[in-house]
Amino acid sequence: MDFQTVVFYFFSTVLVLSALRVITARNPVHAALFLVLTFFTAGGIWMLLRAEFLAIALVMVYVGAVMVLFLFVVMMLDINLDRIREGFWSYLPVGAVIGLLMVVEMAIVLGGKYFGLEGMPAPADPGEGYSNTKELGRLLYTEYVYPFELASIVLLVAMIAAIALTLRKRNNVKVVDPAAQVAVKRDDRVRIVSMRAEKD
Amino acid sequence: MNFVIPDFYPAAAELFVVAMSFAILLIGTFVRDSRNIVYFLTQFTLVGAAAVTIMTMDGQVNFTFSNMYVDDLMGDFLKLMVYFSVAIVLVYSRGYMQDRKIESTEYYMLAIYATLGMMVMISANHFLSIYLGLELLSLSLYAMVALQRDSARATEAAMKYFVLGALASGLLLYGISMVYGATGTLEISGVAQAIYHQAANRTILMFGLVFVVAGLAFKLGVVPFHMWIPDVYHGAPAAVTLFIASAPKLAAFAMSMRLLVNGLFELADQWQSMLMFLAVLSIILGNLAAIAQTNIKRMLGYSGISHMGFMLLGLMSGVVGGDRHFALNAYSSSMFYIVSYVLMSLASFGVVLLLSRAGFEAETLDDFKGLNKRSSWFAGVMAMVMFSMAGIPFFIGFFAKFSVLQAVVAAGYIWIAILAVVMSLIGAFYYLRVVKVMFFDEPVDSTPLAASADMRVLLSMNGVAIAVLGLMPQTLMSLCAYSLLGSL
Repeated sequence: MDFQTVVFYFFSTVLVLSALRVITARNPVHAALFLVLTFFTAGGIWMLLRAEFLAIALVMVYVGAVMVLFLFVVMMLDINLDRIREGFWSYLPVGAVIGLLMVVEMAIVLGGKYFGLEGMPAPADPGEGYSNTKELGRLLYTEYVYPFELASIVLLVAMIAAIALTLRKRNNVKVVDPAAQVAVKRDDRVRIVSMRAEKD
Repeated sequence: MNFVIPDFYPAAAELFVVAMSFAILLIGTFVRDSRNIVYFLTQFTLVGAAAVTIMTMDGQVNFTFSNMYVDDLMGDFLKLMVYFSVAIVLVYSRGYMQDRKIESTEYYMLAIYATLGMMVMISANHFLSIYLGLELLSLSLYAMVALQRDSARATEAAMKYFVLGALASGLLLYGISMVYGATGTLEISGVAQAIYHQAANRTILMFGLVFVVAGLAFKLGVVPFHMWIPDVYHGAPAAVTLFIASAPKLAAFAMSMRLLVNGLFELADQWQSMLMFLAVLSIILGNLAAIAQTNIKRMLGYSGISHMGFMLLGLMSGVVGGDRHFALNAYSSSMFYIVSYVLMSLASFGVVLLLSRAGFEAETLDDFKGLNKRSSWFAGVMAMVMFSMAGIPFFIGFFAKFSVLQAVVAAGYIWIAILAVVMSLIGAFYYLRVVKVMFFDEPVDSTPLAASADMRVLLSMNGVAIAVLGLMPQTLMSLCAYSLLGSL
């Protein structure tokens, strides 16, 4: 067993175990932290496949941004764990049988014969000076420019939808309108009252 | 590294819609009280897109964007139908949305992006573009269902739609990844070639096919992937239900054509038997469950399930024992069916919207009682739609059913044709019940109908179109066949 294989098995073991902990951990914060570990080790496996860009993007986007947001949400929400776990044991047999069945079925089709090393040989060594990031960028902005632009529109729709569903115009809040504030004139602020001078 | 700038000409309509959407978004953001402007600009976008599509139509099959986009007659025809039905939906829904104070720039923006998603799906020649178009469409629809924020029912419907839709997208993606694993390409015509040259592993292809068909079945809403239809149709604001029940069906049909017929045609024997299963179950369950409904939106939902089953009957009778002579006839009958279903669906939900007013939803059968006394013209329109949906001659629905059934018989599935006829006879019961309620029962409330003039005119024309096209269905039928000719 060479060094690469050892590293692969190490990462895979950590990944599977931490993924298991994500669903079994009692504390949602722990579960989220285990998910971070899962993403991180998945990034390591991608690194082994020489997909550096994807590995780094996974760590930065998921671990750095998405999971932190997720942790915040978990901490803010008051999740009643007992209600979520209600009926866990009564559903377990059915769920386990179905899950096992699916795993077996998939293993029959996908097992070694078709997706093994014979069917899908490892890619050839690209040689010195090959940059994964550069190749990806080149493809993304030339051949795949159409789906790339479409994906940007999907994100725009997500933004519009989020705003449409959450933005509420409230009338009874006190806010400052900067434009009105700048455009204010002296007459709006000061009222000059002419009075007769009072003696004594 | 030799990059050629893609040819934008075939995709001119998409580019036009995108450019207009950005303009409308800016106008909606910066102009005060912009709803009228936004509405008219949206309609202008749809009309303009139709003009651009017609101008760039040349009867050839053109590929662009590194073969990810295909421009053919089938695509052009379906796109024109999509613009047409979205425009009608917006006219019908305007008053309804205003009454409920949910008419906003965002509603029209989401409608435009849903249209764009459908256009992308219709013109896709690559699994990636199909998927992205589908997501664009579905995301917009989820948000549109949830737009009525204060209604718990709408929120629940949106949640259900979102979760199940995400699951279905996952199934579809999983299937696509298997097909990619077997053929090594994501381009639809490339997939077809790889399978033709026996370069792909059949077992993995089959495995992927099952998931692809499951994903498609969900999007079409056929049994056993129909659970979302009644709840979403019922819970969503009626205007959005109208949207979901019309144009996206055309896009789902186009997606099935692209994936199954253009891409996996070599596996026709396999997917035909899957579709047969789905179709038969949908026709049986849709018609039987609709009988029990008292809510008209749910009833139309179940009737939609059975109609989608009928549409699949055409798709499943294209290839008989390796003989492909029937393909054109069968697929064009399916296309004719889906086009006429969209016409009927528009009119039926249009009447539901017509009867609704501020603070009142006309959605139970009781609300249709005595419609004849309130407006005999619109009672007549609704009656025509119901007759047409039931497949009574001589309305368009009859010819739709007829052409699909003759394709089924030509393919030799006599028992399925008999079953379909028997089930539509059973289905006629709940359609005719609506007619009976409208004409022979006393009205429960006799508030005069309050709908804008443009809606009345369009709805009348919609109803008349169902009757007139039923008298001369030849034009539409041959249009379907002709536009399909180049894409098989």
